[in-house]
Amino acid sequence: MADGWQLFLESFWPIVVGGLTGTIPLALASFAIGLVLALAVALMRLSKNRVVSGIARFYISVIRGTPLLVQLFVIFYGMPSIGIVLDPWPSAIIAFSLNVGGYAAEVIRAAILSVPKGQWEAGYTIGMSPGTALRRIILPQAARVSVPPLSNTFISLVKDTSLASLILVTELFRVAENIAAFSGQFMLIYLEAALIYWLFCLVLSSGQSMLEKRLDRYVAQ
Amino acid sequence: MSRSDPNNSGDPGRRDDERRADVPGGDPLAPSETPDDSVLLTARGIRKSFGDNEVLRSIDLEVRRGEVVVLIGPSGSGKTTVLRSLNGLETPDAGTIDFEGGPSLDFAAPIAKASRFALRDRSAMVFQQHNLFPHMTVIENVIEGPVRVQRVPKPQAIAEASALLDRVGLADKRDAYPFELSGGQQQRVGIVRALALKPRLLLFDEPTSALDPELVGEVLQVIKELADEGWTMVVVTHELGFARQAADEVLFMDGGVVVERGAPAQIFTKPTEERTRRFLDRILRPLDEDGSDSPDST
Ligand SMILES: Nc1ncnc2c1ncn2[C@@H]1O[C@H](COP(=O)(O)OP(=O)(O)O)[C@@H](O)[C@H]1O
Ligand SMILES: [Mg+2]
Repeated sequence: MADGWQLFLESFWPIVVGGLTGTIPLALASFAIGLVLALAVALMRLSKNRVVSGIARFYISVIRGTPLLVQLFVIFYGMPSIGIVLDPWPSAIIAFSLNVGGYAAEVIRAAILSVPKGQWEAGYTIGMSPGTALRRIILPQAARVSVPPLSNTFISLVKDTSLASLILVTELFRVAENIAAFSGQFMLIYLEAALIYWLFCLVLSSGQSMLEKRLDRYVAQ
Repeated sequence: MSRSDPNNSGDPGRRDDERRADVPGGDPLAPSETPDDSVLLTARGIRKSFGDNEVLRSIDLEVRRGEVVVLIGPSGSGKTTVLRSLNGLETPDAGTIDFEGGPSLDFAAPIAKASRFALRDRSAMVFQQHNLFPHMTVIENVIEGPVRVQRVPKPQAIAEASALLDRVGLADKRDAYPFELSGGQQQRVGIVRALALKPRLLLFDEPTSALDPELVGEVLQVIKELADEGWTMVVVTHELGFARQAADEVLFMDGGVVVERGAPAQIFTKPTEERTRRFLDRILRPLDEDGSDSPDST
């Protein structure tokens, strides 16, 4: 028992470091790229041009209709057979970004649609182009609506990055796996990894509430 | 393709200097040009259908400088669609709109984006639901158009906006968010936001019908003052008292046509059309089942 406690303490910091240098950067980079992609896909999906909105619809459907693990494997283990060889990190970032792009696109689309039509028209009547109205009037309001669902997407992503351990990315779970294999204490180490994921998510959730409060300042409470 | 792109000066829709005919050091509420009675806007044969619903069936409208034109008519008669067409928010299926000094649009052919923007640049709309930007403070709402679209230097835009807010009694609300204001205050900010663009034509779409009755007066008062100061405006309203006092011409619309037009005294006391008479009766005496008496017989 004392041995177990000792191992727990000794492995805690290495696993946390795996999170800080692997999990979090991977999640942040994929989320940032994924959001840009999602915004583009959401706008394409809202386009009056049927071909454009059809492409967006197809992309969303594929991303949401296939397992993330399969997407990851196609990129890392599959692409080399057509001559594209990528390192673990770029593969993971590409796979997770594409995944976020598909899920967040629907959130952003719904948020844009939730802004009343009168807001577009008020932008137009003061002389704005659709692009300016979108940027200055619509997106700031859509952002407020989409923060809760997008925060959930981000927190899910943080947990999903554990899949990257399967394509050899050194992140939180891969560090834990190595320690577990080395020490043979699977139960202990995997529970410890779970605890550390949970702590990360608690911090992120409180960040989410702070962000929501800030964005809610212009709305009647 | 953003019009607010400063490098995009080749866009013929941008005529900011022309639109902002400044009155240096002058009254902030003064209209952007000296009122004479030359024609400012002519619309001819405006038609618009939504699917099978023929909403406008050949509307003619002429607005002179400094003139107040009031549109009245039952709900669904096409009043909002007329205003939206004048502001370039709606593209008619046919007809022409000529603004003095350009643009001149013929809707028989597809309209270039630039001409629609040029049309929009000449006028500003005050909506029934104020449509203020909820994420911006009052002053930010007002300077958004001048700063982002017309490229007015921010300090100048703030100074002008503050003066306008002061004139409508909202100087102390400049840093408030729209949700912190009463309906009447919101609508006054909506009016100031339109004025800040220094448009040649103000369009009001039932500016008081979403307000509680006790707040209607403060908004009508502002509009009346603007009319007295010589602003050119087209106003859709059910406030017949206001129309009687402020209007130079009243148009009665029904079923997508202008049924009758004339001076307020004539329309309100001696309407020549039966439909006008029945409409006025319904507004003046909503509880009276028998609409056969004309309003001047009371
Ligand atoms: N965007 C639209 N799509 C379809 N029908 C519309 C649209 N805008 C207005 N209409 C229809 O046009 C008619 C006239 O509307 P409107 O101009 O708003 O009348 P008013 O302002 O006099 O009440 C109504 O029957 C309305 O349902
Ligand atoms: Mg209307």
